[in-house]
Amino acid sequence: MATLAKAPPARLSELAQGYLAGLPQAAAPRFTMLRKPEAGLVMLRARAGGSGAPFNMGEMTVTRCTVRLETGVGADGAPIHGAAYIAGRDGAHAALAAKLDALLQAPGHADALRRAVIEPLERERKAARAERARQVGATKVEFFTMVRGED
Amino acid sequence: MYVAVKGGERAIENAHRLLAEDRRGDPAQSEIAPEQIRDQLKLAVDRVMTEGSLYDRDLAALALKQARGDQIEAIFLLRAYRTTLPRFGAAVPVETSRMALERRISATFKDLPGGQILGPTFDYTHRLLDHDLAEGHAPAAPAEGAPAPDDAPRVLDLLAQEGLIEEAADGDRPAREPGDITREPPSFPAERDVRLQTLARGDEGFLLALGYSTQRGYGRTHPFAGEIRLGTVAVEFEPEELGFPVEIGEIEMTECQMVNQFKGSAEQAPCFTRGYGVAFGHGERKAMAMALVDRSLRADAFGEERDSPAQDEEFVLSHCDNVQATGFVEHLKLPHYVDFQSELELLRRLRREHAEKTQPEAAE
Repeated sequence: MATLAKAPPARLSELAQGYLAGLPQAAAPRFTMLRKPEAGLVMLRARAGGSGAPFNMGEMTVTRCTVRLETGVGADGAPIHGAAYIAGRDGAHAALAAKLDALLQAPGHADALRRAVIEPLERERKAARAERARQVGATKVEFFTMVRGED
Repeated sequence: MYVAVKGGERAIENAHRLLAEDRRGDPAQSEIAPEQIRDQLKLAVDRVMTEGSLYDRDLAALALKQARGDQIEAIFLLRAYRTTLPRFGAAVPVETSRMALERRISATFKDLPGGQILGPTFDYTHRLLDHDLAEGHAPAAPAEGAPAPDDAPRVLDLLAQEGLIEEAADGDRPAREPGDITREPPSFPAERDVRLQTLARGDEGFLLALGYSTQRGYGRTHPFAGEIRLGTVAVEFEPEELGFPVEIGEIEMTECQMVNQFKGSAEQAPCFTRGYGVAFGHGERKAMAMALVDRSLRADAFGEERDSPAQDEEFVLSHCDNVQATGFVEHLKLPHYVDFQSELELLRRLRREHAEKTQPEAAE
């Protein structure tokens, strides 16, 4: 869910379409929308002093969505529900993430989907993060001491 | 007294059309897109999110465009928008020691684990206008170095390990849901969680002035900037139907920890005290001012006399919200014709009586 939530929506959609297009027609998943994408708020919290008692810092927009997979059941035979709670107001992002969340619980899809969508997203995110960390790291102060006097 | 007055509909409608025309400005210039505001006027967007108390970059940018750059108007728009959305719940408190750092400095220790990382700062610039920016320009690619950490310990925790500063936890207060001023109106005296929430969305200018006043001697607290950090932290939320917390995204935030002068007692050895400030996005000035005011409002906790404005909880918390403040100040623009008529009549009567007393012959 973390990877789906933080993925750039366009890239997530591209990878997901790629995975779904590669499936044989018989294996194409179908979903029922149990809760259409709905925008709302989550109250963010911080802690006094960083580690003390929590306080309310302000809210953020979040979109949620729930689907049921109609073309498969879980390993235990129970129906599979996919859910997404995603920062922001992108309903399409939340709907896609909910569907992928369901497929990631489906024995027939989970492994292939992880390889086709989740792993590339994680790799790309890690690379972007690392590049930014190197740029920020270059602004670290290297102190040196001026030696004054003879000894 | 309120009396319904009708009329002015056409004038209002035309005024708003004129506003839209002026907002667009010279049509020979290309129209500014909210995405440009979001990316290129980032600090304005961050302030609107912080004081609008709603983390959503796109909405804050749109609000700034609609408000023609008026920050308080944009903040007002964001506050109004949030009332249209349901609340799904509250997130797990963010863990700022796991922040992917963009910037992290301490004015108290030169050498500290993780180092002094300047990040994208105005500090040490010469504050000379850069006329190159008036033209289109492509900045040089950023330099690269050893990666900045995402697990740098908080500076004040290092002091706390030696017992040199008070614990961040407020004594042995029982755990409870933090107070929420958007749900229950504040009452005084307020708990620190309510104070921090109020200050977090408080006006930067107001808190800056109050923080400044504490430095100039009005409730002095002898502060050092123990640590200022900026970066992204994960947001975890536990949806009711899932029953376990999931990461729903991340936010950029600024945190300031002030180290202030000592308190001690017969039972307790003297130690430094804390002031804490946060802001959405990059809001260093706001976070620092908030930390100064947070500490000065803790006067009672340290047995300090409350004799300065920045120590007066009711005064600070009741007046730091710029949406409330602007609402009450600007409502003076609305028609008060009847109120004023009655004052005018009263004044005329008083003047008549005054004249009769001082010049009885003239009145006859």
